[in-house]
Amino acid sequence: MIYILCLILFCVGIYGVLGKRNLIKMIVGITIAEHAVLLFFILLGYRNNGRAPILSEEVLITQMVDPIPQALVLTAIVIGLGSTALLIALAMRLYGKYGTYDIAKIKELRG
Amino acid sequence: MNENAILIPLFVVVPLAGAFLIALLGRRFSFLPDLLGSLVTLVLLGLSLAAVRVVYFDSMLVYPLGGWKAPIGITLVMDGLTSFMLATTNVVAFSIAIYARDYMEGYTSKGMFYSLFLLMLAGMNGVIVAGDIFNLFVFLEIAAVSSYALVAFGTERHALEAAFKYAVMGTMGSLFILLGIVLLYGLTSTLNMADMSHMLSFKDDQNLILMVCVLFLMGFGLKSALVPFHAWLPDAHPSAPAPISAMLSGILIKSLGVYALVRIFFHVIGMTSTLSSILMFLGVLSMMVGVLLAIGQWDLKRLLAYHSISQVGYVVFAIGLGTPLGLMAGLFHLFNHSIFKSLLFLNSGAVEYATGTRDLKKMGGLQKKMPVTSGTCFVASLSIAGIPPFNGFWSKLIIIIAAVKAGHPIYAIWAVLASILTLASFMKVMKYAFLGELRNKWQEVKEVPVFMQGAMISLALICMLGGVLILSGVEDVFLKPAAMTLVEGFNYSGMVFRNQ
Amino acid sequence: MNKEQAPGMSIIVKTVSRFTAWLILLYGIYIVLHGHVSPGGGFAGGVIIALSFINLILAYGKNKVLNKLSERWVGLCESTGALLFLTIALLGLTGGYFFKNFLPAGEPFHLFSGGSIPLAYIAISFKVWAGLLAIFIALTVLRIDNEEK
Repeated sequence: MIYILCLILFCVGIYGVLGKRNLIKMIVGITIAEHAVLLFFILLGYRNNGRAPILSEEVLITQMVDPIPQALVLTAIVIGLGSTALLIALAMRLYGKYGTYDIAKIKELRG
Repeated sequence: MNENAILIPLFVVVPLAGAFLIALLGRRFSFLPDLLGSLVTLVLLGLSLAAVRVVYFDSMLVYPLGGWKAPIGITLVMDGLTSFMLATTNVVAFSIAIYARDYMEGYTSKGMFYSLFLLMLAGMNGVIVAGDIFNLFVFLEIAAVSSYALVAFGTERHALEAAFKYAVMGTMGSLFILLGIVLLYGLTSTLNMADMSHMLSFKDDQNLILMVCVLFLMGFGLKSALVPFHAWLPDAHPSAPAPISAMLSGILIKSLGVYALVRIFFHVIGMTSTLSSILMFLGVLSMMVGVLLAIGQWDLKRLLAYHSISQVGYVVFAIGLGTPLGLMAGLFHLFNHSIFKSLLFLNSGAVEYATGTRDLKKMGGLQKKMPVTSGTCFVASLSIAGIPPFNGFWSKLIIIIAAVKAGHPIYAIWAVLASILTLASFMKVMKYAFLGELRNKWQEVKEVPVFMQGAMISLALICMLGGVLILSGVEDVFLKPAAMTLVEGFNYSGMVFRNQ
Repeated sequence: MNKEQAPGMSIIVKTVSRFTAWLILLYGIYIVLHGHVSPGGGFAGGVIIALSFINLILAYGKNKVLNKLSERWVGLCESTGALLFLTIALLGLTGGYFFKNFLPAGEPFHLFSGGSIPLAYIAISFKVWAGLLAIFIALTVLRIDNEEK
């Protein structure tokens, strides 16, 4: 069902990292795979007929969905933002030094 | 709660405060980054030695953040293994902070370097003291992202390429770890490691737990450079500036990789015989592949990086044995490898600082001009090759004895073979770099500045005296508590709840 | 030919963003301050405040905005936010534990409830908006340097 769609999204992200040769497409693939894992995490916390976990006068606590995954996913999104920003900065510097975004041509370290 | 437990959050707070103070005031006062870097690491060294002493008297300390007790709140735990890893990390970090005072003069901004370095140190200390599996992930990411930035610090072509490869592979590894944490949360509905191990003993979903084990092996194996996941290490560690190579190779792959793997496998999931044999197989594979690929290298730092893979294989093999003697041998080798591998990388950095090259074929006869560097390199090479009476000999001997006693003589033969090949490759390093005839273009070479010499000499002293750590009196303070916490296994959760 | 010389975007965008940037800033501050009552909090509010500045940079060009708000101030705000957060956490020690909520908690659903959590949110929002603005400036200034090379 819906968890299979998360798996398909994760596989699309991994295909982006493994199968594409452009640096920017690899970064986009990593972002997609990361968001697939976070989406899976939020969907795990669903309870049947649950409401949003915001405390107000009308809703009882027992009717809410699980709030812990939502807090953790916020943290993980921030971590992903920092990681992606660093990767993009590295990719831009690499373009300045090598003149290309193609990873098949950036192969000076071998052995 | 014990009053001494206030010690535990300081390991994360002090380097974080130092990092942000340097970022704030580093431009205005130019003496501040050096001073604060050395001061913070000195304070951390003192705190970690105090922690070893405190854990010797009370066996486990638990600190609930904000007063919320487990399993609701976030806890920081310090037991024998934690204090052991903290001592290892902070000793090496102090030496590297002293070394970096002079080495980083040639780079663009020392303030940014010290800020990132202290941030990485805060992340590593946080991984070690975390009692909560998601906090472990957050601190792991802090340390990992700082290390990606530090590898690219020189912004030359090779450094950027290596940093990009390392960053992509590291992020994929973190994704697998996150997926494993998600599945564990779905199974046990708690994030505290002690509570999780308590819950997992009731559940019986073997397929899901096996999948979680595989995901964690992939993720933490990538962080600790076990053999199928090692491809980033030979590019990333040579291209970084020398103090960062020493930090990465000496501590990061062990604190983020081996320590987290061991903590989760022994305490949360519980060690089974399948997991033991997988760890042993991966360890022996890393040993042999690392040393075979290292022999043919002519770049000094690349050779050292391949040897890191091999020595981490020794540690994982010994831990996979599972017997108390094997665990103690593995942890002792972890400590020894941090010391002598950092010393070797600092030596290669000193050679590069003086001569400007890393190629072994171009060096020769540097011993006459650089006596301190060649002396400490000699000590470190003998340690890593396992020659008595240096510390490497004792740990490798106990690993081989433990392997034979546990009934795996074939693996012990592979370990001895890897040790002989390590000796061969380091004799090559000594011959080409330091002994022999001094070439004409190296006539002007001088010894490196005083602080770099001091850092190298202090690490070499620890190498020479390291054998003392297995004498029966000293062993009870430092190594035995670490090994005993791993042997306890599932009792971990009971002890945490009792000591709150 | 005139388009490359005049920085920023067309005059319609400039006029509208002169109004909307303040509204976005106000909305971001609202989300930060009400973090303990309604969804949002430090990170989300910080991102929205950063977006208001980025809106101005995109509409008017980098030089005009950075003359008023230099990169040094952005770096200063970032480190100050982080140090303020650490200070609030250390002040919790006066309540007995690290990071404890030491201010009195009022009644729920009011603005001045929740102890030291709103103060922590304000510190986090400083760090987040300064950090995002610094990332944006670093990536766009760097790009222009590369093309001139």
